[in-house]
Order: sequence, then structure tokens, then C-alpha cells
Amino acid sequence: MPKPGSVAIVGAAELVSPEGRFPELSQLGLHARAAIMAMQEAGLKPSDIDGVACAGASPTEVAFYLGITPTYVDGTAVGGCSFMIHVRHAVAAIESGLAKTVLITHGESGRSGIGRGGFGFARQSLNAQFEGWTGPMGPPTLFTVPVLRYMKTYGVREEHLAMVAVVQREYAARNPNAMMKDPITVEDVLNSRMIAYPFRLLMCCLVTDGGGALILTSADRARDFPTKPVYVLGTGESVETPMVSQMEDFTSSRAFRVAGPRAFQEAGITHDDVDHLMIYDAFAHLPLYGLEDLGFVGRGEAAQFIWEGNTRADGKLPLNTNGGGLSYTHSGMYGMYALQESVRQCRGTAPAQIPGVRVSVAHGVGGMFAASGTVVLSNERP
Amino acid sequence: MLQRNKQTGRAYFPPRPFDPRDPFAEVEWFEASGKGRLLSYVISHRPPPGFEAPFAIAVVETDEGVRMMTNIIDCPQTPEALQLDMRLELAPTKVNDEITLPTWRPAREA
Repeated sequence: MPKPGSVAIVGAAELVSPEGRFPELSQLGLHARAAIMAMQEAGLKPSDIDGVACAGASPTEVAFYLGITPTYVDGTAVGGCSFMIHVRHAVAAIESGLAKTVLITHGESGRSGIGRGGFGFARQSLNAQFEGWTGPMGPPTLFTVPVLRYMKTYGVREEHLAMVAVVQREYAARNPNAMMKDPITVEDVLNSRMIAYPFRLLMCCLVTDGGGALILTSADRARDFPTKPVYVLGTGESVETPMVSQMEDFTSSRAFRVAGPRAFQEAGITHDDVDHLMIYDAFAHLPLYGLEDLGFVGRGEAAQFIWEGNTRADGKLPLNTNGGGLSYTHSGMYGMYALQESVRQCRGTAPAQIPGVRVSVAHGVGGMFAASGTVVLSNERP
Repeated sequence: MLQRNKQTGRAYFPPRPFDPRDPFAEVEWFEASGKGRLLSYVISHRPPPGFEAPFAIAVVETDEGVRMMTNIIDCPQTPEALQLDMRLELAPTKVNDEITLPTWRPAREA
């Protein structure tokens, strides 16, 4: 197991606009633009990169397009948390000598659809055979299916789901790049258009264009870079099922329960050490599952925890401080943006900066509760 | 029809030629009860071609303990009519001579 803090992030760049659009860039172009921005920040050229990881494009495409000759490639593509898993694999690769400097890229023309592959399940997939015939139209009608069981089990109401969106909008209001900045109330959320009962429009993520890139190297080398190093303390990953209907428990994600505690264990931290938290919020119920499955609160307590203001900027555990997928940006695979916000909070450069952040956790989901990746970051090397 | 482990009698889904809990055990098809309960659902307002919104996308847990995604027929597609844990029974919908869909409906007898 890698030692906590043995690898650091030395380059981080993000392509997010308040309009949610980059119509001049193809999907591969978004990967490349973000990668070049991150290399520029870190003072690196493509010839300095010897590891490439990405999802949404193949690492072959990205390496070729950028002129990189890698000794390490990772094409793990298990949905929006792939980038957390790329970080995990990059740490292992750097620690074991497979590569010295790893570039992780994301680019997705989710809104403009420029150079984007097809979306939807392949006809031979388990999803198409056993779920597709019931008439789902993408994640809004599938990812949401378990929530009524969660709500019945714990007495959670629609108002609680709405409050998740309300608190995150408060952060987005402070973020110049956020797509949605106007304050909203619980009533506004509950009056927004019904998408898939009990989910209304403002409980669902945005659809945008965007990109992002990270560059990782050993902590010893990180000292020589122009950027403030952000150390990787621990990581976790897991998968459960491609089909949401086959989750073991509709009130909890097994992939979350494996990835989260593993990351904490590797990092050697407890919940009290965490100053800042990102939980991938494609829909308003995900922060509830995440808070519980990562053990920040007990079973069924997350809705009340958010309702009472604990995740606000002045609360115990500031959560989704960029505004999240609900209000900031969501190109389709949001995990990269959660990681970028964790890096900014550790660097002290976030638009809604939380004072004194030392440890930040970025927790991602892939598919519809299909996969998970967790990354624990810190601006201090243990 | 469902599949089960011949030793333990435990059913599994979706079908495959082995039991994921014990891939070395013998398995068999058996006629399932066709009874279950409503585990969870959404009411979709985003109909694909051939569907009329709003309609429920539901998960039934059968009495044999397996879960499957389905549509609930012969029932208003409303939160009031669709109560979690209500009893359901299999009510297949024939599409054509080759395809019959495993739809479910509220159980007729208690």
C-alpha cells in the first residue's frame, strides 16, 4: 500500500464556463485544452509526461493528440468517478516506478455534443436486456429509482431533497463560473418541473460542456514545481452492478461503502480530520447516500444533517463548495470537477474558499450506483 | 421462470448458467410464484417512443427474493396508487409472437 502523501498533484486545470458551453471544442479538444492548461501551470511539456489516464476518450487518442509517449496508460472508464480511480492507479504507478509524471484528462461536450460518441446502453448489454424495456430515458429515470425506498425507510421528505439543492446554490452564487447562481428556496425546488417523481428539475444536475486535467508526480519531485503541491493521502475504488435494480440495498451503495473506508484507512485519517468534502451530486439524493456510506453521519441522518445547515460554508462539514453538479457544472462525468474543487480548497484558491482547509475528500460515483472512487487530499505531507 | 441453486434453493437474477454466490453448484430453472412486492419506483415524465407519460419505472422484489425492473400495469401511475410494499403479481404483456414482457400489476387477492 502506498505511503500517505507519497504522490502529489502538481498541475490542475479546469474548463468550465458560466454559459456551460465550449462549442468551438470537440470532446477530444476539451481533453487536450485542459491538459495543455495543466502542463502550462506545472511548467511541463508533453515530453515530460510518461503516464496517461482518461475516460471518455481512449488514452491512445489523448497520448497521440498531445504528442506523449507513455510508459503507463490507464483507460479505466466506469463512469463519472473514473478520475478518482485514475488518481488511485497513478499513485500506485508512480510509487512502483511505472511512470514518473501522470496526466489525467477529462473532456466532454455534454451540452453542445461536438465530437461526442453515442449515449445509451448497447443492445447486448445487461442494462438493455433487463432494464431498457421498461422505458427509462437516461440517468434521471434510473439513478433515481432507489430513492423512494430510502425515503420510506428513514422518513425523508421531498423537502429534504430540495434542501440539498438550496444549500449548494448558496455556494454557486459565490462562484463566477457556476452556471446557476440565483438563490433558490425549498419552495422553488418543489415547484420546479417534475422529471421523474419524486425528482424535480432543480434536484437534477446540469448538462454542460467542460474539461479538466490533473498532473501527478512523486512528492519528492513535487517540491520543484511552481505550484503548491496537493498530496494524495489515500484512495479507494469499487464497483457493484451495472444495473441499478440489482443493488444489494436501495438505501446504501456497496461501492461507496468499500471505496470510502478504504481511502480513509490508507490515508490514516478519521472523519474528524476532514475539513472539506465533495460528494458527486448528479442528483440530490447522492450527497445523502454519500454522507452515510462514508460514515460522516449515521444511517438515515444525512437529510437532517444538511437541513440543519451543517454542510453550509459556516457549518461543521462544508460540502460541494463549487455548487456541485446541481448548480456549478456537469458535463456527464463530473468526478473531475469534484477533484478540481478539492485541489483548489487545499491550495486556498477556491471561489468559496473554506478557511483553514488541510484535508479534503472527493468522493465519486460512476454509472447509476455502479462504481465508486474516493480520494483524500491534503496540503500537508504527513 | 427463474433460476436457483439446486443445493441451497436460493434464486438469482438475471439468469446465467451458474449461481453467482457459488459458481460450482448445480443450478436449475423453476416456475416462480409470480408474486412479489413493490420495492421502489419513479414516475417518469420523459417518455421514450412507445410510452405515454407519466408512467412508473418500478422494481419488484419477488417472493423468491430476486429483484427486477418492470412496469406496473392496470394501475393509475400516481404516488397515491403506487404504495411501496404493496403486493404485486406477474401480468405478462404480449408484444408479438416472439416477445412477451414481464410486467406486473397490483395483486388481485390478498
